[in-house]
Amino acid sequence: MRLQDPQSTVSFTFDGRRYRGVPGEPVAAALLAAGVRLVARSFKYHRPRGIMSAGSEEQNALVTVGRGPQAEPNVRATVLEVSEGLEVFSQNAWPSLKHDAMAVNDLMSPFLGAGFYYKTFMWPKPFWEKLYEPVIRRAAGLGGLSGKANQDRYEKAFAFCDVLIIGAGPAGLMAALTAGRAGADVILADEDTAMGGRLLREVEDVDGQPGPDWAAETIAALSAMDNVRLMTRTTVTGAYDQGTYGALERIAGLRRAGKPLECFWRIVAKRSILCAGALERPIAFPNNDRPGIMMASAVRSYVNRWGVAPGKAVTIFGNNDDAHRTARDLVAAGVKVAALVDCRDDVQVDGDFPVYTGAQVVATKGRRALERITISHAGGTRDIRTDCLAMSGGWNPTVHLTCQMNGRPTWQADIASFVPTPGNVPGMVTAGACNGAFSTAACLKEGAEVAAEVATGLGLKPKVTVPSADDSAYRISPLWAVPGQGRKWIDFQNDVHVKDIKLAAQENFRSVEHMKRYTTQGMAPDQGKSSNVVALAVLADATGRGIPETGTTTFRPPFVPVSIAAMGAGSQGKGFAPERLTTSHCASVARGAPMIEAGLWYRPSYFPQQGETHWRQSCDREVRYVRNAVGVCDVSTLGKIDIQGPGAAALLDFVYTNTFSTLKVGRTRYGLMLREDGHVMDDGTTARLGEQHYVMTTTTAAAAQVMRHLEFTLQVLRPDLNARIMSVTEQWAQFAVAGPRSRDLLNSVLDDQIVDADWPFMACGAVDVAGVQGRLFRISFSGEHAYELAVPARYGDSLFRLLTAQAESYGGGAYGMEALNVLRIEKGFTTHAEIHGRTTAFDIGMDRMISRKKDCIGRTAAARPGLIDDDREQLVGLKAVGAVKQLTAGAHLFAQDAAPERVNGQGYTTSVAYSPTLQTGLALGFLKRGSARHGEVLRMVDHLRQIEAMVEVCDPVFFDPEGGRARG
Amino acid sequence: MRYSGFRVIKEGFFGQKGWKPVWRDPDPKPEYDAVIIGGGGHGLATAYYLAKEHGLTNVAVLEKGYIGGGNVGRNTTIVRANYFLPGNSEFYSHSLKLWEGMEQDLNYNVMHSQRGLINLFHSDGQRDAFARRGNAMINQGDDAVLLDTDGVRKILPYLDFENGRFPIYGGLYHPRGGTARHDAVAWGYARGADQRGVDIIQNCEVTGIDIEGGVVKGVQTTRGAIKAKKVGIVVAGRSGQVAQMAGMRLPIESHVLQAFVTEGLKPIIDHVVSFGMGHFYISQSDKGGLVFGGDLDFYSSYAARGNLPMKEHVMDAAMTLMPMIGKARVLRSWGGIMDMTPDGSPIIDKTATDGLFIDCGWCYGGFKAVPGSGFSFAHLMATGRHHEPAAGFRLNRFRDGVGLMDEEGTGSQHNLH
Amino acid sequence: MRITCPNCGERDRREFYYQGDALALTRPAPDAGPHAWDDYLHNRDNPAGDTQDLWFHEAGCGAWIVVNRNTVTHAIDDTRLAATVKR
Repeated sequence: MRLQDPQSTVSFTFDGRRYRGVPGEPVAAALLAAGVRLVARSFKYHRPRGIMSAGSEEQNALVTVGRGPQAEPNVRATVLEVSEGLEVFSQNAWPSLKHDAMAVNDLMSPFLGAGFYYKTFMWPKPFWEKLYEPVIRRAAGLGGLSGKANQDRYEKAFAFCDVLIIGAGPAGLMAALTAGRAGADVILADEDTAMGGRLLREVEDVDGQPGPDWAAETIAALSAMDNVRLMTRTTVTGAYDQGTYGALERIAGLRRAGKPLECFWRIVAKRSILCAGALERPIAFPNNDRPGIMMASAVRSYVNRWGVAPGKAVTIFGNNDDAHRTARDLVAAGVKVAALVDCRDDVQVDGDFPVYTGAQVVATKGRRALERITISHAGGTRDIRTDCLAMSGGWNPTVHLTCQMNGRPTWQADIASFVPTPGNVPGMVTAGACNGAFSTAACLKEGAEVAAEVATGLGLKPKVTVPSADDSAYRISPLWAVPGQGRKWIDFQNDVHVKDIKLAAQENFRSVEHMKRYTTQGMAPDQGKSSNVVALAVLADATGRGIPETGTTTFRPPFVPVSIAAMGAGSQGKGFAPERLTTSHCASVARGAPMIEAGLWYRPSYFPQQGETHWRQSCDREVRYVRNAVGVCDVSTLGKIDIQGPGAAALLDFVYTNTFSTLKVGRTRYGLMLREDGHVMDDGTTARLGEQHYVMTTTTAAAAQVMRHLEFTLQVLRPDLNARIMSVTEQWAQFAVAGPRSRDLLNSVLDDQIVDADWPFMACGAVDVAGVQGRLFRISFSGEHAYELAVPARYGDSLFRLLTAQAESYGGGAYGMEALNVLRIEKGFTTHAEIHGRTTAFDIGMDRMISRKKDCIGRTAAARPGLIDDDREQLVGLKAVGAVKQLTAGAHLFAQDAAPERVNGQGYTTSVAYSPTLQTGLALGFLKRGSARHGEVLRMVDHLRQIEAMVEVCDPVFFDPEGGRARG
Repeated sequence: MRYSGFRVIKEGFFGQKGWKPVWRDPDPKPEYDAVIIGGGGHGLATAYYLAKEHGLTNVAVLEKGYIGGGNVGRNTTIVRANYFLPGNSEFYSHSLKLWEGMEQDLNYNVMHSQRGLINLFHSDGQRDAFARRGNAMINQGDDAVLLDTDGVRKILPYLDFENGRFPIYGGLYHPRGGTARHDAVAWGYARGADQRGVDIIQNCEVTGIDIEGGVVKGVQTTRGAIKAKKVGIVVAGRSGQVAQMAGMRLPIESHVLQAFVTEGLKPIIDHVVSFGMGHFYISQSDKGGLVFGGDLDFYSSYAARGNLPMKEHVMDAAMTLMPMIGKARVLRSWGGIMDMTPDGSPIIDKTATDGLFIDCGWCYGGFKAVPGSGFSFAHLMATGRHHEPAAGFRLNRFRDGVGLMDEEGTGSQHNLH
Repeated sequence: MRITCPNCGERDRREFYYQGDALALTRPAPDAGPHAWDDYLHNRDNPAGDTQDLWFHEAGCGAWIVVNRNTVTHAIDDTRLAATVKR
């Protein structure tokens, strides 16, 4: 029922029925105004549930918003803003909210107590996965995902400030005003749609004017300050190290064109002030979960802020003076107060309504909504007709953020609540209700004073002026659970009641963590915000301990649930990782090459030609280019590291197993690099361009790792060496030109002709290409006479086009990764398929490359007995010699007559190729004592692909073992 | 007391009054045949198998807080046997077999659900590496199926096959992989051990290990001295501190691993799915929450809480892989302390002190190992001989380089495994 | 987490790569023996409390940094360039 006619309304639907609401008010308010009581079903027993709170802590009224890919489950109707055309659906009910078949669970509840599932569903064994679990899964869960990929926009952002103030109630506003006036760079964040906190809910004066007016005036003053940023709809969700906070902003206006739905903020603050307020807690009494039973403060919110009466005859049940203001406000709004029930004996309440002191609610009635309650008091029991019960078990300070860094809160007996333990979060101080100061006057004062301290700490000179306000006392006498029959709900969301907690204690789940895990108390979407303190009070009682001794469970982020899409904003689709493109990318794509991922890079797989229907045809042709004519391949993705300085040679000697100080200027050498633990890290060639100038190449995969390793070596292990290193991977475009006609091709593009006498195998130096200074390396990863030609990246595209066009005129052309792989396998060259982090120089037959004349990284550890054991698996070549010619990578090797089982394993294959050159299937692999077993025939078994082949063990260099082609 | 559906119904009729404590809370005796330090999953399983397999019942489990309060109560609940290196293969295979009989053995429903696990791969190289793994699993007698893109699409239609940054080439499907209700595993073993006479002693912190002449004599605790002929250290997350009491320095660095759970949702993810191009693995609990995790926070820590960059990275991976879960909301995130070893594989071994044994270094794979670790550690403690499937988990393998089990191939940097 | 790079000032943790214990600064001699190398490569004090470890400002200036840090609270009380640390 609305208390005043609204100025304008919009229409929205709930479960298909149309309702009117005021734009911006919570859906919960609009539903209450329309007299809708039943809005949800509970998790386990599918009990009818209504609206309980007026904030993000809502336990019951969870709904799904929208449909299709836009559908968003588990939205709190208490924070969901009404807008035109909004579609809202109830959850966890079938076939309808009113008639929910699963409500049968409630009838079965005597058998479904805490943890019953640990004790049954074990027989017969296969039934768990086939029957019991699917039934349990279907019954569980709340809302459902659409199953469709997200289509909405979400964002992430960073912000920095001097002071982050969390919560904009009276304490937060005063804190912002004080810090802002002192000149601090302030962010004030509040999760509500409007700032003001309790001032928007309570009927109180501040500085002689109504609370909401004072709040509006203060917000206007803050808005006028350039050094203050105001963030509404922004919940600070987590406190992290060194003043970093996570915050979720719901962008105003649902799905407004072009705007993201949510933004996840990373806020870095020198200091923070928590002014998060307090949450009212329920009281456990029999059937305290019927629609119509709400928090007293929520009733005041709906009446005072939203102009909606949640009932026609409201009863108040509380254990503290604060609850009484509910009756006062209802009367002022013209809503009937059916009764005020206070469990305390010594209270004085004035009002034109029945007051029962020393009284408790002991029963409630009403199937889908509250109709009547029974109270017991000194005079016996009494039935009261009431459609709304406002309960207040007192207030829990919102200490959550102060406890996210492993700190625990402190029990304060006089308010029967936990309060923040100072210093729990470095840089964070607390003020107001979250600190246990419950009156508006105390909030204003603490906010101002705490902010002044913070500002002073930042070197500013704040002034403190505190407005006058209500300072009535909060007297409370703890009441957790009312004695008597019936289920007294504590965790409304997970359907945990008092008896569940007592059963947990009975079964020795006495630790608060055990109780939580056994009963699921506090594990629902609200994470026990409202219920945990009640639950542990009941546990304390059941175990005969005090509440502080019982302790709390661990507080964990986020404070309110955060959508995966918000925290993962920007990563959907390609955004997950950068895309690195070579200079030949466009030319390769234009030639129809499928581009495949190589780490973050994209490289051409092969270059199809007309008439080719299978990648193998293209690949074989490209291999023949290189073996018979000339091929061109972009190798720019290999890491290139420029190393300069008087210590450059010594640095290389230390990171490589072999020696580079003896390398002549103008020469290149293959180098093997170990990790300090003696295993191979990477390999590649390094060229000496000058006395103090080298260029190292790394594999594509290990480029970043090697760069880091070199810096580590230089700064941590050998700061005595005077050298500097720089990654130049992106500065140079580099192309392999490989094959018998490679020199001819180069001579067709270089400004000055090269001859073999000046450019022997492993030579390097400067060359000019069409007037551009480049670098030429006579190195080969194909086993052919080959070069790599590098030019500044801006010329890469032109050079690639030029080289490929020229290659075609020599009967060759571009080749891709597939051909490159075949060529290197034919030559027995390793990649990270072989040097996969577990192989040693010994394993790949390169132990002789570990110089004995000098120390190098990994040398000592490589000599550990286990790393040079003859029984180790060593690199071998494998040739198909049986009827089956197809070899597969990842297959295992066995003796011919041995069963393919682990105990008989001899090794495995790492890389395979069909060699068009040798016209057979080839594989590289590792075999126990492999280097001594050449000529042996083994069985290769690939269970997964159902392939078995006979293979002959041979040297890993299948083609041109003498290397004459590369040197010639 | 035996649990059954009949018993549940009976107790329902009588107001649940008949249920007894799942384990007793005895005071520590002055002396035991064996003392287990650490009442986590591994410690409780060790006690259970000492009693069940070796008849050793004069045993105490000493727990400084509440049982099951470490990583067994704080993980992503995945159970699998998909290792490929000798030493690991046979161990996890044995452990999975114990899982498959656990509920009947313990008479406790740990909800072990063999819903199948799919490791996705995103390049030819990854496919080959997973093929090697899958073949090793079959060699070991376990199950594995290599799926191509269409095969993955059939069982995981909700993945982003079209727009993802790293295309899905296929997956290695491990049908016997799955999940279990993690806390229940600790409680089930506690109950089983307790019923066989083991004393489970909570709130009893070990403060010292008594060693005389190279022989263990007992432990000092916050509840007094306890003599013991044998002592087993099973305190993953605190291994370094407890081992130090015996003068040991371990090949372990402690790191935080985070995990996440969303609000309850109707069934939507029916398997365990793991992304191959970033650490991200996910399943849906029987309660409906999506349970998922990622990589280590990367720096050594005992803080048991996670950092923001890793949270975001995990969500980033989720969004590129399965953007249909974008509107699921993360309800809770937590961090556990991992014993990271230099090869990513665990340690179950004797120590230089006679009668003192250690079980540690489970990195972030300890949950699925609970039964296997308990079984093998009990075997070692009871018989003095290494149990065959766990015989590779030796302390000296690092010094000597013999039998390293580096599944990731990342070498001796602890946080890279 | 925020780390103060001696070159660049306070930066977000995500700019840094973590390596491990700063004992890496004191690499044993090649002939120091298997135990010394085992201690260097594998064994760790791994304190629950103050520690000294090595970070690399990878997405920044490329400095290797020795960080004095508490593994329980994550408080950082000192950072220095590894290259300038006495060893």
